[in-house]
Amino acid sequence: MLTPPREETAGVRAAPGRVRVPSRGRVVAARFFGTRQGRLGFGLLASMFLLAFAGPLLGRWSATELDFSAFMRPPSADHWFGTLQTGSDVFAVTLRGARRSLLVGLLVAVLSTGVAAVAGSFAGYYLGWTDRTLMWVADLLLVLPAFLILAIMSPLFTGGRWLLFVIMMALFLWMVTSKIVRGMTRAIKEREYVTAARFMGVPSSAIIFRHVIPNLASLLIVDATLNVSAAILTETSLSYFGFGIQPPDVSLGGLIADGARTALYAPWTFWFAAGALIVVILAVNLIGDSLRDAFDPGARRGP
Amino acid sequence: MSAPVLAVTGLEVRFGDVRVVRGVSYSVEAGEVLGVVGESGAGKSVTSLAVMGLLPRHARVAGSARLHGHELVGASDRELAAFRGKSISMVFQDPLSAMTPVYRVGDQIAEAVRVHQRVGRGRAAERAVELLDLVGIPHPRRRARAFPHEFSGGMRQRAMIAMAIANDPDVIICDEPTTALDVTIQAQVLEVLKKAQCETGAAIVLITHDLGVVAGFADRVLVMYAGLAVESGAVRDVFHRPRMPYTIGLLRSVPRVDTGKDVPLVPIEGGPPSPAALPPGCPFEPRCPVAIPECAAAEPALLPVAPGHHAACLRSREPGGPALAYDARESGGPALAYDAREPGGPALAYGGRETGGAVPASSPRPPRERRAVVLEVDDLVKHHPLTRGAVFRRRVGTVHAVDGIGFDIREGETLGLVGESGCGKTTALMEILELARPQRGRVAVFGRDTATLSPRERMAVRRDLQVVFQDPLASLDPRMTVHDIVAEPLTAHGGRDTGPRVRRLLGLVGLEESDAARHPRDFSGGQRQRVAIARALALEPRLLVLDEPVSALDTSVQAGVINLLEDLGRRLGLSYLFVAHDLAVVRHIADRVAVMYLGRIAEIGGTGLVYEAPAHPYTQALLSAVPIPDPGKERERRRILLEGDLPSPANPPSGCRFRTRCPKFRILADAARARCVQEEPEVRPLEGDHAVACHHAEEPGVV
Repeated sequence: MLTPPREETAGVRAAPGRVRVPSRGRVVAARFFGTRQGRLGFGLLASMFLLAFAGPLLGRWSATELDFSAFMRPPSADHWFGTLQTGSDVFAVTLRGARRSLLVGLLVAVLSTGVAAVAGSFAGYYLGWTDRTLMWVADLLLVLPAFLILAIMSPLFTGGRWLLFVIMMALFLWMVTSKIVRGMTRAIKEREYVTAARFMGVPSSAIIFRHVIPNLASLLIVDATLNVSAAILTETSLSYFGFGIQPPDVSLGGLIADGARTALYAPWTFWFAAGALIVVILAVNLIGDSLRDAFDPGARRGP
Repeated sequence: MSAPVLAVTGLEVRFGDVRVVRGVSYSVEAGEVLGVVGESGAGKSVTSLAVMGLLPRHARVAGSARLHGHELVGASDRELAAFRGKSISMVFQDPLSAMTPVYRVGDQIAEAVRVHQRVGRGRAAERAVELLDLVGIPHPRRRARAFPHEFSGGMRQRAMIAMAIANDPDVIICDEPTTALDVTIQAQVLEVLKKAQCETGAAIVLITHDLGVVAGFADRVLVMYAGLAVESGAVRDVFHRPRMPYTIGLLRSVPRVDTGKDVPLVPIEGGPPSPAALPPGCPFEPRCPVAIPECAAAEPALLPVAPGHHAACLRSREPGGPALAYDARESGGPALAYDAREPGGPALAYGGRETGGAVPASSPRPPRERRAVVLEVDDLVKHHPLTRGAVFRRRVGTVHAVDGIGFDIREGETLGLVGESGCGKTTALMEILELARPQRGRVAVFGRDTATLSPRERMAVRRDLQVVFQDPLASLDPRMTVHDIVAEPLTAHGGRDTGPRVRRLLGLVGLEESDAARHPRDFSGGQRQRVAIARALALEPRLLVLDEPVSALDTSVQAGVINLLEDLGRRLGLSYLFVAHDLAVVRHIADRVAVMYLGRIAEIGGTGLVYEAPAHPYTQALLSAVPIPDPGKERERRRILLEGDLPSPANPPSGCRFRTRCPKFRILADAARARCVQEEPEVRPLEGDHAVACHHAEEPGVV
């Protein structure tokens, strides 16, 4: 004797026949692009990237060229965003700065959140020696004066070695998040679906990447979003003192620091760089919000 | 007939546009008990909260509820406060959250007294102690000074009842008062409720989903479904001559402790409709096995079918009523319909089993001794250290969670492990599933000792040993699709191209292929448990461990899952270790049963033997405490009431652990008692398969 095949017809049933089951990535992508917010954020960030990398082809001036006939001129047909005191074209310089800042901000955020997620979840899942070692490293990094170390190391970042700078920044950003992740992992470890997976014979590392980290997605995405801004701003303040991205590279932070001095009587030197920074951070936040909703099957679906 | 104390007519409750309660009427007289039954979401609790005026502000209540002629619906909070706690009081389901944790129990009861009576502080405190004594709390004077968390669940519920009767109310509304409690404690609390009613002469509205409790305790019963009263009448009429197909279905789907496997459970198909999307006609029509086309046209009214017996069904006035039609339809049984639709049945779909193949359902099973042992547990021990101190941890005691249990499961057999909460059954299960070396004793799965397994061998054993947990919502990762969930064990064991296999598995447990793309939260409770079962079956295991697999489900859905498990077990030759606290469910599914008490096995044996002739006083008490959904039988039964609560497993009594509560111990001679105190009874065989851990099992008992 067997039971009824159905109990309830909740929700909309798909047409009978072969049903394709989309992978988790597809589902998230579909839900992400299903919201207006997600599309807007992605569009903004994509156009910023496009502008930063393809923009110099449009402009008449390159970032290193100096126009000796125009110092501190407001925007004109010749110089779209005006010129600096040195005669550099603001449009070209801003795009160049945006290029570096975008890469630095996003890479630092992804790297530091990734390290935080992996270190925190491994510490929280395995506990014991893994936990003690990882948390000892985190504590050590927390007490080191990050700003000072970055400042001392700044001579190393010259000559296009900005990737080293990215790694060093990420190294000083992950600790607090990893402690939160560790705590949440300990809670998730007690959940029955983790126990069930364990009794099914799923290896621990697979459990961490399949069950623990996706269930922390909300926290991690918010963290990554905040880290983008934090990275760009840290870089800005380092640049302000001359320790960040080293010449001949420029970053938005450096430009804003320079422009801030002349902002009152020559606003174009400041506002275009600041505007670019605002657009980038806004886009990242929009993307973060939509991604968080897309990862959570319980969130309200977009129109 | 005296005037009713509480009369509710045409009560409606809306939350926004959703009508949760749609015109419910009932009345209770002094000294009468009205049972309100229905599944979760039927609107039982909302109805009573509306009467008390305790619904949130955005709920809109219409209709009338009169207490001694005073209208309660629409009355101001100030007016209601004069009634609440004085003439009408309430006992909630969860007594821990119903009491303020920071005040002493006695003070809370005294406060309830002082709100409505002009008495002094000292007099109120005296009254609180009297009330605690009345509800059977030992040492009431000392206990009144305790905080709620120092009380056990049963004692808290007694204290809640004491608070409810503090002002001698006319109506007591009890909202699932015993649902969170174990059966022996439930029996105690119901006894206290009866006593409280005798003392106060109050009318009681008892809201519950447990038909057995209603059968034993209520005078009249009101069956609710989808916010409507669908049947009402005297308990005997409704239970013996139900006229509404929903009531009939409910009565047939509930497992009973007095009938075994020979009486099959008949589940109700589908699940209750969402209150936001009700069908146009009778709300039960989509699930009703005897529906006729007219049923879908309009909602039937609650009409009298016999003196004092009302039912809302178009067919209730037919000769013989819907029950007859029900029987005619059931003669083939749903099994027939299922088999016909799917030639070969799920067993074929399961297929592809290389190792030995499934046992055909028709072939007679060899006797128990000749079948292979799939799980053997011998003297298993799990002690947790009890530590104190934050800086210097020191061991102050030991929790004897599992203290030397042993049993075995043979191929194709179901062992039910039953006991009250805290008896160590879940701990024992986890110890087995860890597949590690136990603290003491031996666990052998498929003949392999877990203490000597290499990681590779352990992985191989995991393939054949799978688990289903109690709460399917917690055991399924909310972020994964059903496909990914069911495919997980397959990929973990190196399977590729899981699509077709997952589809077959979903079919096997009665879900549809299209369900694979959905998330667990899109399903109802029963469906989720089916997903969990599909996942457990993915690797074609030989032994399935089930931890309370149906206790989180509604009655009508529960029957479907039990039948599915029974059927799968038979078709696929599975063995089950079925852990549950519900003795009726275990009787239905288990071949053998082991009763646990405080980390030890009290009695073990064939289901028939243990249920028909229990030898251990604890088993006897446990069985007598399970309510039977039959008013005739339920009221004639003699109930063995156990005293007190489960002792702490950190400090179990010497000798026999049950002696502190044992009804037999109390009537024994002193010499015989000494043996119980000094010597811990071993599990010893009685006859055949039946074994018991009691020194005095053969002597005539108290029952």
